[in-house]
Amino acid sequence: MTKNAVEVSGVSMRFNLARERVDSLKEYMIRALKKNMNYDEFYALKDVSFKIQKGDSFAIIGSNGSGKSTLLKIISGIFKPTTGKVEVNGSIAPLIELGAGFDMELTARENIFLNGAVLGYSKKFILEKYDEIISFSELHNFVDVPLKNFSSGMVARLGFSIATMVQPDILIVDEILSVGDYSFQEKCEKRMKEMTDNGTTLILVSHSIEQVKKVCNNAVLIREGELVTIGPIEDVSNLYLNG
Amino acid sequence: MRFFKNFWKYKGLLTQFIIRDIKIKYRRSVLGYLWSLLNPLLMMIVLTAVFSSMFKFDIPNFPVYLLSGQVIFNFFAEATTLSMNSIIGGGALLRKVYIPKYIFPVSKVLSSFITLLFSLLALLIVIIVTKGNISFVILLFPLPLIYILLFSIGVGLILSVLAVYFRDTLHLYTVLLSAWMYLTPLFYPVSAVPDYVKSIIYSNPMYYFVEVFRDIVLYNQVPDFHTNLLCIIFSAGSIVLGLFVFYKNQNNFVLHV
Repeated sequence: MTKNAVEVSGVSMRFNLARERVDSLKEYMIRALKKNMNYDEFYALKDVSFKIQKGDSFAIIGSNGSGKSTLLKIISGIFKPTTGKVEVNGSIAPLIELGAGFDMELTARENIFLNGAVLGYSKKFILEKYDEIISFSELHNFVDVPLKNFSSGMVARLGFSIATMVQPDILIVDEILSVGDYSFQEKCEKRMKEMTDNGTTLILVSHSIEQVKKVCNNAVLIREGELVTIGPIEDVSNLYLNG
Repeated sequence: MRFFKNFWKYKGLLTQFIIRDIKIKYRRSVLGYLWSLLNPLLMMIVLTAVFSSMFKFDIPNFPVYLLSGQVIFNFFAEATTLSMNSIIGGGALLRKVYIPKYIFPVSKVLSSFITLLFSLLALLIVIIVTKGNISFVILLFPLPLIYILLFSIGVGLILSVLAVYFRDTLHLYTVLLSAWMYLTPLFYPVSAVPDYVKSIIYSNPMYYFVEVFRDIVLYNQVPDFHTNLLCIIFSAGSIVLGLFVFYKNQNNFVLHV
């Protein structure tokens, strides 16, 4: 058994920033004939390597556009890195965007099954957890209401409750704690704390140093797609603030 | 092996997507699912009123002839059009969570397939009303449905990839589809068209699927080996090519949607 939950080795991610999007055949033909496939290559990540140990609370820090979210998406398997590879040991619960995969036309009840399935859970399993989800999200009175009539806070609550219904090996959080009212935020933080206490590895992306310091032990700092430093949270956040 | 494990893990998602599509399709309409049955019936009545006198001597049971072709072609048209849009439509989801991408087009084809099963009831009603022959041969009806299902999945996969790279596909396909419909003998007999059109029809896969289906539900005869073989070749070819194209390109989707 390895001790690492996530191993990122030599990952680069290249985007073709199609400044003028080539979306139609005609344009494509014209460009191809002119031999002008106007792609601006843009490296969101350049040769990034690090390891996250099991049970760690790990932060990825960086300013806007530094590649934090890209990195998270690579770890959770949404993007495939251009070069390098990522090895993940264990199940992942990505809280990258709460309620991704909700269908606004469907009711909360239907969405629980839909979203649960998006995360790869079986129907039987969701049925077992159903009451727990509803009670955590405090949406008892709204289970049969279509989601389009929900407030954004209610949608976020439902999303969080579904995503955290099991204890995952790795929990990936992308600045989502700013949703919901104060008491629900508290509740979310408490649940995340419980999970890390039980051995879940937490990966948190944020530029709120306050929050990161409260939750994490170690961190990596990324600037313009390059890894600047990795180490204990104090050192990294000092470097970031002075930086 | 990993492929199958993944497939098994996400089979729940596939069913959820299908249920969602069907639920949303008729949500808030008074007649609901009944429309899947009524729609082909009403279309058949319109088309029968227009065309049946024209081909009176060539086609004995025009309503069944028409409807049997129509349900098959409508399924194909709906399934491929929906799956063509599926990757673009699922873009928001693709960018946020990992899910196997084939689920989008395949679920669209399968939910159209369920609509097709409803339409079959309409067909059965028409067969009974027009006093068509019903024999044991009719129990073979799943065979052409499987052919057309596989064929549609293949075509849907290819179209969904094309649509991601070139949005023009969406508009082009509408035109192509109507040309395709007129070149499939749905409301006219093959004998009614000139020879050069016949040669086009004979190279049209849809013609064979419709033919096999009509043999079974209309003429009560077991479709011959030759036609079956062609159907198998077309559907196997389509699905193999579709999967190949799809798997070659699926990692790039997220960059283009």
